[in-house]
Amino acid sequence: MSLRGRAHRFEPDDDINTDYIISGRYKFKIDDMSELAKHVMEDIDPGFAGSVSRGDFVVAGRNFGCGSSREQAPRALQAAGVSAVIAKSYARIFYRSSFNIGLPLVEMDTDWIADGAELEVDLAGGTVTEVVSGRSSPTRPLPLAMRTLLEDGGLVEHVKKNGGFQL
Amino acid sequence: MVAMGMTIAEKVLSAHSDRDCHAGDHVVASVDFCMSQDGTSMIMMRELERLGFSGPRTTRGMAMVLDHSSPPPSAGIARIHAMIRGFAAANKIPLHDIGEGVCHQVVPESGKVLPGDLVLGADSHTCTYGALNACATGLGSTDVAVGASSGRMWFKVPETTRVTLSGILQRGVSAKDLALHMVGLVGADGATYESIEYGGDSVSSLTMDSRMTVANMAVEMGAKFSPFGFDGATAEWFSSHGMQVREGVLPDSDATYVRAIDVDLSDIPPMVARRHRVDDVCAVADVAGTHVDQVFIGTCTNGRVSDLAAAARIVRGRHVKQGTRLIVAPASRRVYLEAMRAGSIDYLVDAGAVMVAPGCGPCVGTNAGVPADGETVLSTANRNFMGRMGNENGVNILLCSPETAAASALKGEIVDPREVSA
Repeated sequence: MSLRGRAHRFEPDDDINTDYIISGRYKFKIDDMSELAKHVMEDIDPGFAGSVSRGDFVVAGRNFGCGSSREQAPRALQAAGVSAVIAKSYARIFYRSSFNIGLPLVEMDTDWIADGAELEVDLAGGTVTEVVSGRSSPTRPLPLAMRTLLEDGGLVEHVKKNGGFQL
Repeated sequence: MVAMGMTIAEKVLSAHSDRDCHAGDHVVASVDFCMSQDGTSMIMMRELERLGFSGPRTTRGMAMVLDHSSPPPSAGIARIHAMIRGFAAANKIPLHDIGEGVCHQVVPESGKVLPGDLVLGADSHTCTYGALNACATGLGSTDVAVGASSGRMWFKVPETTRVTLSGILQRGVSAKDLALHMVGLVGADGATYESIEYGGDSVSSLTMDSRMTVANMAVEMGAKFSPFGFDGATAEWFSSHGMQVREGVLPDSDATYVRAIDVDLSDIPPMVARRHRVDDVCAVADVAGTHVDQVFIGTCTNGRVSDLAAAARIVRGRHVKQGTRLIVAPASRRVYLEAMRAGSIDYLVDAGAVMVAPGCGPCVGTNAGVPADGETVLSTANRNFMGRMGNENGVNILLCSPETAAASALKGEIVDPREVSA
């Protein structure tokens, strides 16, 4: 599966928590993800929701998605059109939740990726390529369980299809 | 083959998956209890409906708690609360309505979490129940929906960091200072996907309230579980909550740990976490004199009877400094009543504290007590992220113990509580 879009980077780069991805100001009172998507990343980049296009990538440093368990964080990113997150590492609740809803997370060194860069992400092949320069870099292999969840379309579909966990 | 020793996490996951498992193994485990709150229930309810939910298959069922926006401050949240109440009633799920308290106080009080249990909560601070000798973890709403409806969940068995406690906390220093010390030492992602197990001679000096404070903040280091071993204090806590529990889980002496950390409690001074990062920790002395606009005592970290008593002892007979506000939210109705009977609430209110309903209070900005842009807040909560308390623009939130919070409220500036006699 190949994805194509533009990279969006943020400040801070490390430890972007789920409060920053979707603030409690919105997530407790709005349960429509397309409405929440209008406020995604607002606290650290108020312009993000207006500039993200379908297919784009959120690119970050270490421990992306730390903090609160709010599943609205990966769901709002997905509803905003983000096709994958590319980061050095992830917090574990966000990590599980993203694959549970079919949002791919790519783990790799991200220092080489510039804000605004056009990227092609090959999930199966495990590479990220910068389209203009042709520069390509390998990702950490996707664990089998997470690949299975993506292929099945998320955790609910996975357990319905298999009558339980086959992970 | 010689059987390998096990950590608490390995023992609990083995007992729930009918096989001997060790760190790194993938297991499907039976689940004892599931919990969700008002910020996470809506997605869980939708996923339960997609799963054809017909009641929980966990050992002790599930519960839903209305605590984060309680009582509801707006029509939008009131509508969400009404939908959660309707779902709970239709599916015969116990609902803890507004005013009962924070999920992480109400659920243990309800007797649904026992030593050795495996518990899933749609709230990151579910790791708090580690204090009760359980393996409990926060997950997203979809994981909790699948766990509740099937009674099972898949896990990668975590590696364990063993923390060995020695010495005794100094007067004026409490469990929160230990918790902040740990987060500062390990870092915000230093224990990602690990279980943090507390042991050593000095664990017995920590009350159950203290253990809940420490276990609560495990997720601020990225951890999955934070179990304390079972001992007399654990049994006594259950007994005082009407449950007779005689045994629990202890790690094997030859268990394998990924890391060992020794902490001498007597070395820890009053601590704070500053400016938007829970792991940017320093001694209170390093920020002493900083003016504070608002002080908040409460939350699933520090809203318990002993926390309110510690604050009350400090403010008793004195008054909060003009220009500083003190807001107090007891962790539960039971805590509120006990603190009232002990006189703590009298002393706090007499000193100028504003009491808000048992629940999450101003911690996450969805209830009374939102600070103004640009203000400095000293809080006993567990997160100081930018915007956490409901502001669009910078509020400087510092995290501290109830002792430091109370002493600083009296002075109107951050002060080492050891300098204010109780």
